[in-house]
Amino acid sequence: MKNNRLSEWMQQIVFVGPGLLFFLAVVFIPFLLGFYYSFTDWNGLDMNKANWTGLHNLHLIASDTNFWHSLGFTLKFTVVTVIGANVLAFLLALVLSRPLKTRNFLRTVFFLPNVIGGILLGFIWQFIFTKGFTTIGELTNLPFFNLPWLGTPTTGFWGIVIVFIWQTAGYMMVIYIAALAGMPKDLEEAARIDGANSFQLLWNVVVPLIMPAITICLFLTTSNAFKMFDLNLSLTKGGPGTSTQSLAFNVYAEALNNNRYGLGTMKAMLFFFAVSLITVTQVWFTKRREVEA
Amino acid sequence: MERKANYSFPLLVMEIAAVLLGLIFLSPFYFVISNSVKTLGEILLNAAKWPSTYHWDNYKKVWEQLDFPHVFMNSLLITVFSVCGIVLISSMMAYRLVRKPTVFNKILFTALVASMIIPFQSVMLQLVRITSLLELRGHLYGIIICYFGFGLALSMFLFHGFIKSVPLEVEEAAVVDGCTPYGVYFKIVFPLLTPIMVTVIILNTLWIWNDYLLPVLVIGGNKDLTTIPLGITKFFGAYTKKWDLALPGLAIGIAPIIVFFLFLQKYIVEGITAGSVKG
Repeated sequence: MKNNRLSEWMQQIVFVGPGLLFFLAVVFIPFLLGFYYSFTDWNGLDMNKANWTGLHNLHLIASDTNFWHSLGFTLKFTVVTVIGANVLAFLLALVLSRPLKTRNFLRTVFFLPNVIGGILLGFIWQFIFTKGFTTIGELTNLPFFNLPWLGTPTTGFWGIVIVFIWQTAGYMMVIYIAALAGMPKDLEEAARIDGANSFQLLWNVVVPLIMPAITICLFLTTSNAFKMFDLNLSLTKGGPGTSTQSLAFNVYAEALNNNRYGLGTMKAMLFFFAVSLITVTQVWFTKRREVEA
Repeated sequence: MERKANYSFPLLVMEIAAVLLGLIFLSPFYFVISNSVKTLGEILLNAAKWPSTYHWDNYKKVWEQLDFPHVFMNSLLITVFSVCGIVLISSMMAYRLVRKPTVFNKILFTALVASMIIPFQSVMLQLVRITSLLELRGHLYGIIICYFGFGLALSMFLFHGFIKSVPLEVEEAAVVDGCTPYGVYFKIVFPLLTPIMVTVIILNTLWIWNDYLLPVLVIGGNKDLTTIPLGITKFFGAYTKKWDLALPGLAIGIAPIIVFFLFLQKYIVEGITAGSVKG
């Protein structure tokens, strides 16, 4: 009997131990430490020293216009890209679920940008926006290409939006295609026989049936858009000025450019609460709309 | 309705529209590749034209300045070791959590799932501190250990969902035949996990290969550990307006992952679908 219990302990340690150890060291303890460092004047120059400063960092943040601007920027960015990427992905999925001759090739094409990381994509698009667009503008005279791309806060914002959607849509398309393929065919036929037109069919039958996929896609895009960092760093570096700084970028810049780690940690903790709040609310709302087929 | 002709006129219109959109999606790659073999003068003159002459030595220069073989090896070593480790530790943990749902294990499972919501930025500064303390900073194994920690939760969750559907009878039969608990896991359960393992491997590979922020923070001052995203960022910073060097650098930088994708496309798409439906 005693032997048995020893063996159980042994198994628990062997199977769970390594993972638990790495998780504690790398994620959990740093996360808890964050609550402490948020209230200190910890800086990047003397990493061992951190004096308790109470609510001082919160006061600093309250009057930090850059931080609030980046929050506004991130919220606007999230709304625009979540809608844009999902509408595009859904339309692509609808089209590529039909028996097109180039269907498989196009699925590959639309998915391709997704395997490249945000850093490299941002650099590629820097070239497209500054040189490629200018050339197209000269050749076609379309006003769209003659805008000062990435040179103003507005074009910087839309520049990041375009690249983010270009990168994300393919991934979501793959999920929507799988959902459409798994849809029971009889409901669709029944609706057709009842005289539903294409739009009614889409809105009242297809959309409710693939709601679980919509929940997942909205969750993934919301969370990725709200945490957007790599693209921001390589495409605009937050510029011009700090006008296109995302929240994640603002946290990074506060710590690594200004050496204010304590303040950066406080911002990072607020960032964590914002991410949790937004993704949890969003999942709660879309979950309510899911139906049983 | 569609019985007469499978390929109707609306379908043709759709096909043309989709192909056009596809070409727009591919156009950035055209710009990068065609301009990567031009002289700077020709790029500035007209970035849309196919190059008049091919300056392949652009690539030669970049290859050397990026120290590409070295940087590539770093990315490869970090990705391969991290992914293998993640697969092993997360599947073992998931197995135990499914088969022995004690109070502790249930709480652990919930905590891990909840931890997936924590953005990397919320732990990165403290991570710098911890990795310095534990002597992980500035070492290849340090970066790999960090990936073990950050990759665990999602991978464990995916394995957990899959192992729940693995029948117990096979394992019980093996125990009766005198197999140890470890033998049961490695000889019987582990091989059964292949489908979900593909998903775990692909999701983690794409993430770790392309990741920028974690290696930047954890390599410390050790430039020998530069990975592809870091190398390209530094290179791009140094040659901002020198597109005849920056573009071939980008082309080399994206080539490995594109080749990886084109070869394993089928698995990647299936893996991602499976991963998101579970997740």
